[in-house]
Amino acid sequence: MRFLLVEDTAKLARSVRDLLALDGHGVDTVASLAEAGDCLAATSYDLILLDIGLPDGDGRAFLAQQRRQGRDTPVIMITARSAVADRVDALDGGADDYVTKPFEMAELEARIRAVLRRRGGATQTRRDFADVTFDPLAATLTVAGETRELRSRELRLFEILIAAPGRIHSKEHLCDRLFSYAEAVSDNAIEVYVGRLRRKLQGSAARIETVRGLGYRLIGP
Amino acid sequence: MARPEAHSLRRRLLLQLLLGAAVMALGLYLAVRATAERATEAAQDAILIAAAENISDGLRGTEVGVEIDLNRATFSMVAAAGQDRLFWRVEVGRETLTGYDDLPLPGMVPDGTGPVVYEASYRGADLRLAAVGRSVMDRDSLQPALIVLGQTRFGQRAIADRLANGAALAGLAFFALAVPLSLIFTSSVLAPVRRLAEAVSRRGPADLRSMDHPTPRELAPFQEALNSFIARLRMTLSQTETFIAEAAHHIRTPLSTVRAEAEIALRRAEGEESRARLRSVIRAVDESARSAGQLLDHAMVAYRSNRMTQARIDLSAMLGDLARSFGPTADLRDISLTMIVPGPDAAEVIGDRVLVESALRNLIDNALKYTDAEGTVHVSLRHDGGLVVIEVCDTGRGLAGAETSMLTARFQRGPNAGTVVGSGLGLTIVAEVARAMGGAFDLSPAEGGGTCARLSLPAG
Amino acid sequence: MCKAVIASRLKALTCLLLLVALPAAAFEIEAERLFHGRAPVAEVRLLSTTDSDIAAPLIEAFLSTRPDLSVRYVMASSREVFAAIADEGAPFDLVMSSAMDLQMKLANDGFARPHASDVAAALPDWARWRDLLFGFALEPVVVIVSLKGIEGLPIPQTRRDLIALLRENPAHFSGRVATYDPHLSGAGYLFFTEDARQTDAFWRLAEVMGRLEARLYCCSVDMIEDLAAGNILIAYNVVGSYAASHARRIPDTGIVELQDFTQALLRTGLIPVTAPRPDLGAALLDFTLSPEGQALARGPTGFPPLDSGAIRLSAHIRPIRLDPGLLVGLDRMTRAIFLREWDAALNQPLAGR
Repeated sequence: MRFLLVEDTAKLARSVRDLLALDGHGVDTVASLAEAGDCLAATSYDLILLDIGLPDGDGRAFLAQQRRQGRDTPVIMITARSAVADRVDALDGGADDYVTKPFEMAELEARIRAVLRRRGGATQTRRDFADVTFDPLAATLTVAGETRELRSRELRLFEILIAAPGRIHSKEHLCDRLFSYAEAVSDNAIEVYVGRLRRKLQGSAARIETVRGLGYRLIGP
Repeated sequence: MARPEAHSLRRRLLLQLLLGAAVMALGLYLAVRATAERATEAAQDAILIAAAENISDGLRGTEVGVEIDLNRATFSMVAAAGQDRLFWRVEVGRETLTGYDDLPLPGMVPDGTGPVVYEASYRGADLRLAAVGRSVMDRDSLQPALIVLGQTRFGQRAIADRLANGAALAGLAFFALAVPLSLIFTSSVLAPVRRLAEAVSRRGPADLRSMDHPTPRELAPFQEALNSFIARLRMTLSQTETFIAEAAHHIRTPLSTVRAEAEIALRRAEGEESRARLRSVIRAVDESARSAGQLLDHAMVAYRSNRMTQARIDLSAMLGDLARSFGPTADLRDISLTMIVPGPDAAEVIGDRVLVESALRNLIDNALKYTDAEGTVHVSLRHDGGLVVIEVCDTGRGLAGAETSMLTARFQRGPNAGTVVGSGLGLTIVAEVARAMGGAFDLSPAEGGGTCARLSLPAG
Repeated sequence: MCKAVIASRLKALTCLLLLVALPAAAFEIEAERLFHGRAPVAEVRLLSTTDSDIAAPLIEAFLSTRPDLSVRYVMASSREVFAAIADEGAPFDLVMSSAMDLQMKLANDGFARPHASDVAAALPDWARWRDLLFGFALEPVVVIVSLKGIEGLPIPQTRRDLIALLRENPAHFSGRVATYDPHLSGAGYLFFTEDARQTDAFWRLAEVMGRLEARLYCCSVDMIEDLAAGNILIAYNVVGSYAASHARRIPDTGIVELQDFTQALLRTGLIPVTAPRPDLGAALLDFTLSPEGQALARGPTGFPPLDSGAIRLSAHIRPIRLDPGLLVGLDRMTRAIFLREWDAALNQPLAGR
């Protein structure tokens, strides 16, 4: 998917871009509303991540202006301000959702997914692997015409695995991606979700292979 | 306001007015008295001199010597109101012809051109005396004669006293008049002060418009000072809001950068030791961010509690928005966030939107935080009498016997908070909002484990 | 006339023979009497010119209200009363006298003690002088006539009438007209000087009386006795209370208040500075001035009441002014001049004869 990140803190913008890129998304970053306007005029995006406090203005005003011009690209506001009022204003001003700095990438992605799901999937996000169709927005796996719903963690786990089929993911790595850093989980916790995913994949050519001592990988027939 | 040493401007003004009136009344009395004494003395002296000269007219030389015939009418006239004692002495040559032999003579003998008026003490009385000089033919030689007439001054003093008493009465009347007038003046002078004070105290807590009450010129500096104070207060308050927002910005943005950087590093890191370090960095960042966020939220709540805006809030709609907002967060841990709320506009409260949302957000946030993965958080909204009750029940770890009052105290966390990131301010904020809006907040164990948090607010 | 004068002087001498000397007192007293209360513990010393018999009801009434007191009543002539206080400082608590001029001189010269009380303050202005001298009885100075002696002649109503009556009937009245001798009587001298001040008719009357060889008396009592005896027909300037008391006894006596004016004498009281017990003197004085005392003065004592209402009703009554003007009459030279003129007026016909 293609995102526009409007954020004036360069390091943060780069990090967020990199993180989203790791998951296979294309991100344009700009540091001002003027540049954002230019980008929007030139290209279309699936979603805009818009900081509220920018050097040349308020993100909310910019959003309101966009909406008035009939541009309805989904927007997630990024706010550093604590005031609940800011959040309220952001939603009232036409934003689809917001995240408060600092945010967990997993949360941001979940919100992006939720927004896009609500908006009816602006872009084709389904992916096929072997005889399995994965729809992250709908959170479903379709195996042999049978659609199976995924829960959030199952979905995120499958998303990681399907992003690089055949690649081995260590248990620790997967834990870090799946669980909040605030949660104390054992490495074995990941086995539960792997087990669940395997059940959802039953009857398909795709399967999750345990590589002893190294981790898991998704392999085809 | 009950400072015992505080003096009253009104009383001071009144006292000064009355003191002024008393001094003027006394002054009037003394002035009239002095004038009356001088005037009556002059008049009495004139009578005394005229009488002495009248007596001297009765002086005549005869073949047997000098004779004098006193006129009773003259004496009665001098005695004026009959109040004064009279003494006289007629001397011819150096011999006393008639009268009181020992009546004191003037120090200076009158030369015939004018009388001498003097004072002397005689027979236990203070006398005013007039001496008139004459020449009289005594048989064959011209002899100097001296006629002395003296009187006490009781009558004169009585007249002067009467006049002065009249003046004293006038002074007293003036004073008596001054008392109610002073009261009226004082009240009317101080009325603008009272009106200004009333105008200030009538104002609501958030009313920071400058005072443009019409005031007398003398109170203008006071009103200007008040307005300048109001302006400063307004600025300070808006700076407080700006400060809280700015502080959040300046804390969160760098934290957010650090977190993102750490997350990237964690994705790429392979060594377990460095991964553990990165995890603890992220965890520390989350803790800091959360603490800072709640501190700032708490500051905002405290600040807004004192100057609440009053808006009609549709709790159903607000809870719906919050559920949507928290959905992804709950989803991350496969927690189901369920909600049973009445339709739109069915549950309304009057209050500060920011405060209410802050309270509800903290309630739900708290419940999600303490609920294990794949648990349930249930939000319900119902009416209970005049109250709207928002109940958030979770399947979390429960209260472990802690009391609501303990959990809502600042920076206090439950004994079983464990590794959950928190500042201990979340429920404090909820409790403070409940208090500010005249509602209540309590925690109780939920059926089958977990906790139910109940926020009751007066229905609008 | 000489004979008459000598006779009245003899009378005065006989009066003197009756005097009882007060121990340690140099002034001459005429009588002394002690009135006792029921349980006397203190004594009021009263010096008076009035006969004690006349004053007795008043004193006894006073003692009934103050049984703790007794009253030492000393009677003396007005001159002796004056001398007792002014010259000798005799210890009396109250001095009552009919001699207004002498009382005024005592007060003027500082021998009276100030006294303030409700009854004293209630006195009309003309009846007191300051807070020193208080009038307690007012007596008209009248003419008494023997109704039988002037039968057929008009009773004079004014001085003009009197002069006319005497002039037109010289034979009838010669040697039978009486008045005071101002040389001897202080009261007589006072009445004459006041007469002289108030009317020109006085000197004409004096001349007429001189021509008729008027008899001159020291005292009212003698005049009244001679009138009763038929020796005289008209007495001029007699103190009203004596006249009234005698007229009750003697029929055919007419009392005339002259309508041009009738002088009225104030009997006055003062508390001398020499008083040993001024409070007791004040008590007796206040009782005398009180309604009860005044009622007694009207009744049994024979004193006319001091009634300003009555004064207003009778326009011809003129109280002698109680003011320091009275002192003029006491001035030795003025007195000498007046008496010389009196003598001259009275002796004219003798000189002419």
